[in-house]
Amino acid sequence: MRDTPGRLLIVDDNKVNRLLMTRSVEQLGHTAAVAENGRIAMEMLAAEPFDILLLDIEMPEMDGFEVLEALKADPKLRDLPVIVTSSVEGLDNIVRCIELGAEDYIPKPVNKVLLNARVSASLERKRLYDEQKKLLDRFATVEVAEHLNRGGFAIGGQRLHATILFCDIRDFTAMSETMAPEATIDLINTYYTLMFDAVSSQGGIVSLMVGDGLMALFGAPKPIENSAQSAVAAAQDMLTMTAALNDERAVVGEPALRIGFGIATGEVVAGYTGTDERATYTCVGKTVNLAARMEAHTKSVDRDILFDEETRLRLAEHTDCEALADMRFKGFSDAIRVFAL
Amino acid sequence: MTQSLIDTAVYAELTDAMGAEFSAQLVTTFLEDAPNMIAALKQGASDGDADAYRRAAHSLKSNAEVFGATALATHARDMELSGLPDTAPPIPALKAVYADTADALRALLDA
Repeated sequence: MRDTPGRLLIVDDNKVNRLLMTRSVEQLGHTAAVAENGRIAMEMLAAEPFDILLLDIEMPEMDGFEVLEALKADPKLRDLPVIVTSSVEGLDNIVRCIELGAEDYIPKPVNKVLLNARVSASLERKRLYDEQKKLLDRFATVEVAEHLNRGGFAIGGQRLHATILFCDIRDFTAMSETMAPEATIDLINTYYTLMFDAVSSQGGIVSLMVGDGLMALFGAPKPIENSAQSAVAAAQDMLTMTAALNDERAVVGEPALRIGFGIATGEVVAGYTGTDERATYTCVGKTVNLAARMEAHTKSVDRDILFDEETRLRLAEHTDCEALADMRFKGFSDAIRVFAL
Repeated sequence: MTQSLIDTAVYAELTDAMGAEFSAQLVTTFLEDAPNMIAALKQGASDGDADAYRRAAHSLKSNAEVFGATALATHARDMELSGLPDTAPPIPALKAVYADTADALRALLDA
């Protein structure tokens, strides 16, 4: 890893220092770009990625302290390693840099051996961090990853108003019994790809995947304008995509897929559930149970999409909804109004 | 002036680490840029801009340290630390030290 070159941004208002730092960095096998002050540096950081910032403190327009503050406030740049290279006087100034998030401090004139050690260590940490971030993005959604990056991880919850969508493939277990294992996994993956696409393009996130079942959240962790409308639109998009998939399947003689959707809107408790070692961002509460019951109910009434009254109230006026017979769902004391699209 | 103009050990270390050609380029850049820093120092003093004054002194100190220009570095550092004085700032004295330092650096380039 040590041998992989990094791309560094050198921020210094002084010509001699810029030349010297650039040369030193290049001699260590890395590439460097330069900025004459903090303001220019912030513009460059917004425009292209860098692995490390080598930052001077005393600069006109925007000094090093201001740069450190701006980086700290920016979720995208907060984790960029900063090595302060300065001949600033006074221990309190160095302490201030570290407190503002600088990873390290190298006094000027910069000793090359020290610079090499610091840059290598920072690059290695940056790469490790980038890998963790990539993993996090793969196993969590972008929204949850952002939420985690912003607030850090804490088991706990908050009350939110959100819409929950459950869906699964009708009779999937029976269907998969006659299929080769590879074909089963392949089909599930196709289904998930379509479903993830439908959910995320409507601003929702997929929270749970269990076999052929899936739970999606709209309005958590980030509020969206009309979570009910978005969830229903995602279900409709998914039905359209499934129809296209079924056309392709029919050509090769495969049976059609049918998917049921249950949607409910209301208060949920959202947060990371699990243990410190293994946790997932999800929602729990009555609304979640109701969405699951609605989804199960699609089979009994042979409908594709069912939703509750709270969802119904938030749909656009011209939406063509049909009120079905009220239901007494398990776990709910009152009869629940059920709507189909 | 009891301090040496150029600490030859520091200068040798620089040329060793960066190569003679690059070090010469660095010295030339400094000799071109230093009058600007002195001008900024003066400007800061006449505008009563303590920040600009301190920053210019800081830059001069920082560069002087690169070349082992001990006397100039000490002088600039004193100015940086004491800040913009109410009385006339010691710019003429600094200019004199700089002139001697520049001569010494040029001599090193020619050597």
